[in-house]
Amino acid sequence: MSGYYDSDDLARFAEIGKDAPEMARKFFDYYATVFADGALSEREKSLIALAVAHAVQCPYCIEAYTRACLEKGSNLPEMTEAVHVANAIRGGAALVHGVQMRNIAEKISL
Amino acid sequence: MSQASPSFLQTLRAHGLELCKAAVNTLQVNTGYLCNLACRHCHLEAGPSRSEVMSRSTMADVVACARRIPFETVDVTGGAPEMVPDIGALLGELAPLAPRRMFRTNLVALRENMGLLDTLASGGWNLAASLPAVSGSQVEAMRGHGVFEASLDMLRALNEAGYASGDGLELHLVANPAGAFLPPAQEAAQKHFQRELLRRHGVRFNSLFVFANMPLGRFKSWLERSGNLEGYTRSLRERFNPAVVPGLMCRTLVSVAWDGTLYDCDFNQAAQLPSSSVRHISELAAGQPGGDIPTGDHCFACTAGSGFT
Ligand code: SF4
Repeated sequence: MSGYYDSDDLARFAEIGKDAPEMARKFFDYYATVFADGALSEREKSLIALAVAHAVQCPYCIEAYTRACLEKGSNLPEMTEAVHVANAIRGGAALVHGVQMRNIAEKISL
Repeated sequence: MSQASPSFLQTLRAHGLELCKAAVNTLQVNTGYLCNLACRHCHLEAGPSRSEVMSRSTMADVVACARRIPFETVDVTGGAPEMVPDIGALLGELAPLAPRRMFRTNLVALRENMGLLDTLASGGWNLAASLPAVSGSQVEAMRGHGVFEASLDMLRALNEAGYASGDGLELHLVANPAGAFLPPAQEAAQKHFQRELLRRHGVRFNSLFVFANMPLGRFKSWLERSGNLEGYTRSLRERFNPAVVPGLMCRTLVSVAWDGTLYDCDFNQAAQLPSSSVRHISELAAGQPGGDIPTGDHCFACTAGSGFT
């Protein structure tokens, strides 16, 4: 696995623009707009991003947003709660699909 | 740090800048390295085992200097100045000599010397109190067990004594990140601190200053031990902002150490880089010191992002 995920690759993110510069520019412009102060503060957005990073299990995003959360003044209790929010949604999403399982089981059972 | 990295001085030159003294308006008085805490980020390595404190005769030199030079601000710091013998007398003599007076406290030392509160309030001393974070665990990781609650108790006592009540006695908080990462933007952090401290702890304050930790002293030793020195100094360099150089505090401040030696800032004191022109407080005259300001790689912490003034 170590060959696939290397922490140094995070700093090379911009290289993704090498062969498709226009799409990369649009993505990074959009990305910067999403994370700018708005109705939600930059600090709140970083906590959301940290939670989503755990939901999508991206090690690059986990590293980037752990640092970003600390640099925006969040602390470990807040960051841990954000991870629990991600976990609750992931776990809840699995469980709520259990209703489908029950529906199907009912349909095909005597 | 990699050998190829340009020094602070080279970085200034690459931007066509130099760092030299402007008109001095602030006298910072470092009363010594004795402190009741031994914070892990302290650039001066202050602590209970340090014995360097300002003598009566150096205090007399400081007061004489403040009499002959019209400083706008006198800024008393340490260590824990509360623990210095005769600190009350020094504050009393300095109070009439500058229109703006600032006393820096770690809060816990003041709580152990409540008698000084009257001197501070009656002398119109504004306070700059260090509180690194609104999270108890972050504060205590930096400053030691029990410090968070003790700091909150003291902040409430300061509110009761009239600090941050709108009657002229100002209470400013100073926060440093609890680790090898950079501080949040000042305005957002202030809002966050104000909301959390008021809502959870009933504490009011005037404003918050957020500062990057200096890669000096105990913090530098920790950076080295934890393998963070290179990454931290790289992140400071990468955020070098030439626009903040003209407003750096070293341009308008003289910092006098416990033994009377003059520096251009408290960090140069930790780095043992004395002022290039006048060496002792007793020799400082109006219009001085002028000249170049000695710098080191720690200066990158002052110029990262929106700066450190
Ligand atoms: S540490 Fe900061 S204040 Fe001190 S000399 Fe360097 S740039 Fe100036």
